[in-house]
Amino acid sequence: MSEHNTSDVGVEGGTVEPNGDVALPDHHPRRTDFDPRAAKRAERQVTFLFTLSALFTLLFVVAYVQIPTDAVVPIPFVGTWSASNAALGVTFGLAAFFIGAGVMQWAKKLMSDKEVVAMRHSLASPQESREEAISEFMDGVDDSGFATRRVLRRSLLGAMALFPIPLIVILRDLGPLPGDSLFITNWVPGMRVVLDVTGAPIRPSDIPVGGIVSAMPANLPEIQHRDGNLNARAKDVVLLVRINPDEIRSQQGGTPEEPWDYEGVLCFSKICTHVGCPIALYEQRTHHLLCPCHQSTFDLADSGNVVFGPAARELPQLPIRLDAEGYIVARDSFQQPVGPSFWERG
Amino acid sequence: MSVMNKLGEQAEFLDDRLTVANWGKRNLRKVFPEHWTFMFGEMALYSFIIVLLSGIYLTLWFKPSMNEVVYNGTYTPLNGIEMSEAYKSTLDISFDVRGGLLMRQIHHWGAMLFIASMTIHMMRVFFTGAFRKPREINWTIGVLLLTMGFVEGFAGYSLPDDLLSGTGLRIAEGIMLSIPVVGTYISFFAFGGEFPGDEFISRLYGIHILLIPGIILGLITAHMLIVWYQKHTQYPGKGKTNDNVVGYPFMPVYMAKAGGFFFIVFGITVFLSGVATINPIWSYGPYMPDQITAGSQPDWYMGWLEGALRAMPNWETVIAGHTISWNVFIPGAIVLGVIIQLMIIYPWLEAKVTGDKREHHLLDRPRNAPTRTAIGAMSLSFYMLLLIGGGNDVIGTQFDISINAITWFIRIGIIVIPPIVFVITKRICLSLQRADREKLMHGRETGTIMRLPHGEFIEVHAPLSENEKAVILSKTDITPLPWPEKTDADGVRDPSYKKDHRWARLSHWWYTDNIAKPTAAELATAEEHIRHSAAEGAPIIAHRASLEPEGGVLHDPAAAAAEAEEGKEPVGK
Repeated sequence: MSEHNTSDVGVEGGTVEPNGDVALPDHHPRRTDFDPRAAKRAERQVTFLFTLSALFTLLFVVAYVQIPTDAVVPIPFVGTWSASNAALGVTFGLAAFFIGAGVMQWAKKLMSDKEVVAMRHSLASPQESREEAISEFMDGVDDSGFATRRVLRRSLLGAMALFPIPLIVILRDLGPLPGDSLFITNWVPGMRVVLDVTGAPIRPSDIPVGGIVSAMPANLPEIQHRDGNLNARAKDVVLLVRINPDEIRSQQGGTPEEPWDYEGVLCFSKICTHVGCPIALYEQRTHHLLCPCHQSTFDLADSGNVVFGPAARELPQLPIRLDAEGYIVARDSFQQPVGPSFWERG
Repeated sequence: MSVMNKLGEQAEFLDDRLTVANWGKRNLRKVFPEHWTFMFGEMALYSFIIVLLSGIYLTLWFKPSMNEVVYNGTYTPLNGIEMSEAYKSTLDISFDVRGGLLMRQIHHWGAMLFIASMTIHMMRVFFTGAFRKPREINWTIGVLLLTMGFVEGFAGYSLPDDLLSGTGLRIAEGIMLSIPVVGTYISFFAFGGEFPGDEFISRLYGIHILLIPGIILGLITAHMLIVWYQKHTQYPGKGKTNDNVVGYPFMPVYMAKAGGFFFIVFGITVFLSGVATINPIWSYGPYMPDQITAGSQPDWYMGWLEGALRAMPNWETVIAGHTISWNVFIPGAIVLGVIIQLMIIYPWLEAKVTGDKREHHLLDRPRNAPTRTAIGAMSLSFYMLLLIGGGNDVIGTQFDISINAITWFIRIGIIVIPPIVFVITKRICLSLQRADREKLMHGRETGTIMRLPHGEFIEVHAPLSENEKAVILSKTDITPLPWPEKTDADGVRDPSYKKDHRWARLSHWWYTDNIAKPTAAELATAEEHIRHSAAEGAPIIAHRASLEPEGGVLHDPAAAAAEAEEGKEPVGK
């Protein structure tokens, strides 16, 4: 495959190439090229633009000193602007813009607009240079003995191949190994389900049919930040919904003696099984729960199964019962890992 | 001469040490072609400089820490709320540092402009074939720059630790977890344990302000040096060939225009940052892993990947106790990886199919490379569909359309629509080629109808201008790869026959329906005809011109030329 295909498509008469030997289009002089008054006017315009820029630079300093950061300006139909931000942005922006506009005007009106031609040169080196370079390279190779001393070469390559290992090993302490931490949550049998804002325990009567409540395990507020409060929040948060028991088609578990719900109050993980966003959009008529990130939709009246979207697994259900005081507690821990899937999940 | 001597004295210091005169004499008046489409690459460069400068200011106040603090500050709605130091310092920059909000908004608007201009620049380079030999290396650098831009942008808007950015990080963690075998470990090492931990922001900070900007800076430097060394491509036109470069000298014209344009880009970015709010992190609140807002959207350049994540069917397999989340792994990791690789190999792929090994400095008109243009349009339709999919919730609520319907439209459309776009684009290109050939063979239609003595009506055709002719003739016709022979002259089987045959078939497909350029002989005959037609029509055109009221012709080139001639006289050129 050499240059066989650079000719025209087999038609008689030879190729027509663009007219390389034809001169450039005629140059039309601008008014500033021949009219000294026009040139003078362009010069004044450019000077004016530069002066404007200087003016706005000074105005910037004035705005910086004079306008307090909490002053606002109401803008109709838009809302309010920070007066300081608007003034600083407009003055600084215009100061830059007018320098640019001035230089552009200068270039367009006063600098030469005559196109010039330069020739290109082939980027490839001449053949003899290539040959010389190759022979120099080969001299170098021969001199080093890299090609002939095989044991030496292989031991070097072997050492070099191993050498990056410390750079990878040293990353080991970036974090702990996963262990079984993705399989466990703070939910243990008897743990109270409390409101996620106030931490107050919840009675079934607090949730009307069709209602939904964000909740968490009772011990979560006690976990300090340094001990992973946010990590716990990212896994443990749940939703309590109350659905008319007749409309509940299925649940993930439970027996008539030990049901997973309490009179239609169901508890589900709030963390989406797709990539872990908290789920919050509930449609009480259909019992569908929609994830605002990627629109996975779960049917809470049907075991939290996926009815639409990219999530593959149902939302894990937390079995609940009432404690002696009539508050909702976990009957058991989650029976499957919450949150997004991972390799070891199985 | 005295100026020369004075400058010479000063330059002597440098030249004695760095041989700058040699470089200067070759380069100070280096020629750069001019065209408005060459502006986007410049814009990308300038917006990167803007982002770099504003970023340095932000580092003076930003605290990349996930330590928990309670806010009590100027923005009263958040008083008493627990948040990370990163979020608090971002609030302080926005409300207490004068000009701090401006710097933040310059940084964010600049980043968006950086990626937008890179994207458009890349489209220009693709559709005009500027990536062809000898510029494949610079194309590859460009693809890497765009990729780095995505990563850097994502890292940047994740740093303030507001509710929206934390949600983005949660999704990133979900994608890490989906990587088979090592995903869980990658996630635990990245976050220093379980999500979100208290390490990630400070780790990301180092990556965002040192590692990736360093890589981008290095790549941009290489990109610029190569552009300079290889000289810029140019569009076809009268006097422009593959062997010359027509334009303006670097000093002073190009220097002034490029320098001036930097200030214009800078000015517009700053002005925008003064009047248009971007990423109002105070209204999102601090990140809490159990909170979310409806309508969560990434920055626009991540939108297509978000769309892929949303449109992907929910496939997951469990093999021998191990889970593979195709629903996350494919859109989150595979799609981007495959597309980057396809983009990088494209120049070599096209060269292999066309068998074209020449240097190209004259840009293609998109119509003259119909298959390439169709591939480009097809890819853009794919991108746009994913981008629409990334906003399915916003589109759904704004236009009152079912989100499920939009998602299904994307799922099916992404397979069906790009091929349709391919065919339509290719046909449009071929029609334009036909129209070009028509123009060459029959001249420009003047719109003047003339009745011949024997009653026939004809339209008067005028010859094309030299420039128009040069533009149309810039098309290069290339014969497809030859069909290989099964055996050579001695009857020996060619072992690579099957492979060569496949490439030849691809090559013939590539050039299907190519409209060949007329040959020199055909063109000469045709031009004779056009001249004849124009001569026949000359009286009627002259007559019509005489009927025009005085000064009625606004753009008469002949008059303009005459005026210019007149104008030349006084300055005595």
